[in-house]
Amino acid sequence: MTTTEIRPAVPAPAGGVQRLTFAKAITAGLRRAMADDPSVMIMGEDVGRLGGVFRVTDGLHAEFGSTRVVDTPLAESGIVGTAIGLALRGYRPVVEIQFDGFVFPAFDQITTQLAKMHYRSRGQLTVPVVIRIPYAGGIGAVEHHSESPEVLFAHTAGLRVVSPSSPAEAYTMIRAAIASPDPVLFFEPKVRYWDKGEVDLGPSGTAHGAGADLSILDTARVVRAGTDLTLVAYGPTVATALGAAESAAASGTSIEVVDLRALSPLDLPTVAASVRKTRRCVVVHEAPVLYGAGAEVAARVTEECFYHLEAPVLRVGGFHMPYPVAKVEHDYLPSLDRVLDAVDRAMGF
Amino acid sequence: MTDSPLGPLSEDGLVRLLTPAGERIASPAYDEHAASLTPQTLRGMYRDMVLARRFDVEATALQRQGELALFAQALGQEAAQIGSAYALAPQDHVFPSYREHGVALVRGVDLVDVLRLFRGVEHGGWDPVAHGFHLYTLVVGAHPLHATGYAMGVQRDGLVGTGDASRDTAVLTYFGDGSTSQGDVNEAMVFAAVNQAPLVLFCQNNQWAISEPTTSQAIAPIANRAPGFGIPSVRVDGNDVVAVYAVTAAALERARTGGGPTFVEALTYRMGAHTTSDDPSRYRTSEQEQHWRQRDPIDRLRAYLERLGELPEVFRAELAGEAEALGERLRTQVRAMGRPAADRMFEHVYATPHAVVETEREWFEAYEASFEGSGR
Repeated sequence: MTTTEIRPAVPAPAGGVQRLTFAKAITAGLRRAMADDPSVMIMGEDVGRLGGVFRVTDGLHAEFGSTRVVDTPLAESGIVGTAIGLALRGYRPVVEIQFDGFVFPAFDQITTQLAKMHYRSRGQLTVPVVIRIPYAGGIGAVEHHSESPEVLFAHTAGLRVVSPSSPAEAYTMIRAAIASPDPVLFFEPKVRYWDKGEVDLGPSGTAHGAGADLSILDTARVVRAGTDLTLVAYGPTVATALGAAESAAASGTSIEVVDLRALSPLDLPTVAASVRKTRRCVVVHEAPVLYGAGAEVAARVTEECFYHLEAPVLRVGGFHMPYPVAKVEHDYLPSLDRVLDAVDRAMGF
Repeated sequence: MTDSPLGPLSEDGLVRLLTPAGERIASPAYDEHAASLTPQTLRGMYRDMVLARRFDVEATALQRQGELALFAQALGQEAAQIGSAYALAPQDHVFPSYREHGVALVRGVDLVDVLRLFRGVEHGGWDPVAHGFHLYTLVVGAHPLHATGYAMGVQRDGLVGTGDASRDTAVLTYFGDGSTSQGDVNEAMVFAAVNQAPLVLFCQNNQWAISEPTTSQAIAPIANRAPGFGIPSVRVDGNDVVAVYAVTAAALERARTGGGPTFVEALTYRMGAHTTSDDPSRYRTSEQEQHWRQRDPIDRLRAYLERLGELPEVFRAELAGEAEALGERLRTQVRAMGRPAADRMFEHVYATPHAVVETEREWFEAYEASFEGSGR
């Protein structure tokens, strides 16, 4: 890096309500955060001139230059490890891991170093690193490109683990993740990257506080109200759950859908309030059911809502196997029909 | 196969400015840096080496008495640590492994605080920002990446090659011969090289990774790897404090002025055990230990100072008293550390409130309070 590098003038981010794809909503959130805070930087493989393999960082290199949008060597542990060092020096790196299955070379740096730095320094050090991971399946990809490893990180204290389910949520949540003083694992459901939705970009211009409201990283939300059963989902399966609720409504079953948004922390009060009302609960995720987020939700809902439950908490998710080949992935993934099957079983108790 | 390649413990080509008998050897490449060491500074180095040694002996005794859970000695590595640490500027930042007690001392860390980790009352123990000395990292080889990233931040702060020696900043990271087999150390070299980061990678080759000799990690000198990454390297006699200082000063200066990273390999010897849980008699000979005892780094500097006539009796007496006082203070203050309140374990898991941690803390406090009159 030379000190004479010409840094492009940063244009003011656009404002107003726009119809954006999920991917472009994240791009807009990154752009806003970078414009608001000069310590925010992007790091990863192919995130610069290419704009990332999913183009989520498209245009940021041209806008902010190569000291703030860094094409790194092809080494995930090195990316996260140097991001930790940059954070210790006062920067806010937003790291892209190209695909879910590529995060494991960085597993030690994330779980042993990043997660524990604040704790072991008794609060003297903060490491505000965001790790963006395009995850989950449904795009017909090859091996290691469709996995759902989120619970491995949610099980590690010191990390926040979140996953947005819509363009509007993605825009707000990425800004909150960057503003958070804690490390955040930001799981992006890649099958939703091309879904469009309205996103409120706020006023145009800069310096109005990047994602100042961090509560979105802590709270679940009810995305559809219902009275007979609660479907709990996050990330890619929220749309599946909403589809199932729509179908069930046609046959007279009223389903409430809760989007967890965060796996760490888990917003149990929102889930429990819903289940006390509906008395039935089904959890849906792509990750394998065994030891998955559904197990945690089921255990806690059972403990909190035992006398309200009309049926055991059921889970719909991946099978206990490596992610299968693309030609059969739709038989592996929790489909609308499999969710409705679980709904029927819960209603039949 | 080339003819008789150098092994990883070869002493051919080591930078050496003092013979084991304390005679000064000329070195055109490093004499200028060595010349900046005044007799007063050399005495300061000697003092710190003696105090670091005393710390080692005292902490080992405290572990044997059951006052520490564990201790990792730096015995024999005092020249490598004190010599390199003396080359640091106040604004520089250090990322140590877990045995750099001598560097901690030079960076102004109270050695009592270093023992908090080994006592089991802290995972850290000191303010890493105030001392420019990061917390110890126990997972071998994980921290050179942090040092590299930190150095990339220094670049972005515009504090490299400004021409102002009081502002230009470098980063120094310590690791051992064993850790150079880790992928992270090699990735650190890749990132440091392509970024031309202001970094000195300082390998203390103490010849042992617990029970495994350096020959289990390498068949050629470890420093030879760095040029393959585009990083110049130098091998130095790690028991020669003057040479270590000169080599490190040159490397740090290069980093601060925008010359990029340097790999320094200091060949030394772990005179003690890996930790107090280790038993070196199972894997190495007393002859080898005796050989290296005769090359004690403290003896070498003492001999040099004596040749210079710069080690007066009054200084020795004061230092002996200071070492005694340090020992006494370590014993007293370690024993007084006590046990942290149990509910302190819930603090600082996150920088912002986390519902699960808060719920579990509340449960724990209620549980503790339920033991009526237990005084918990």
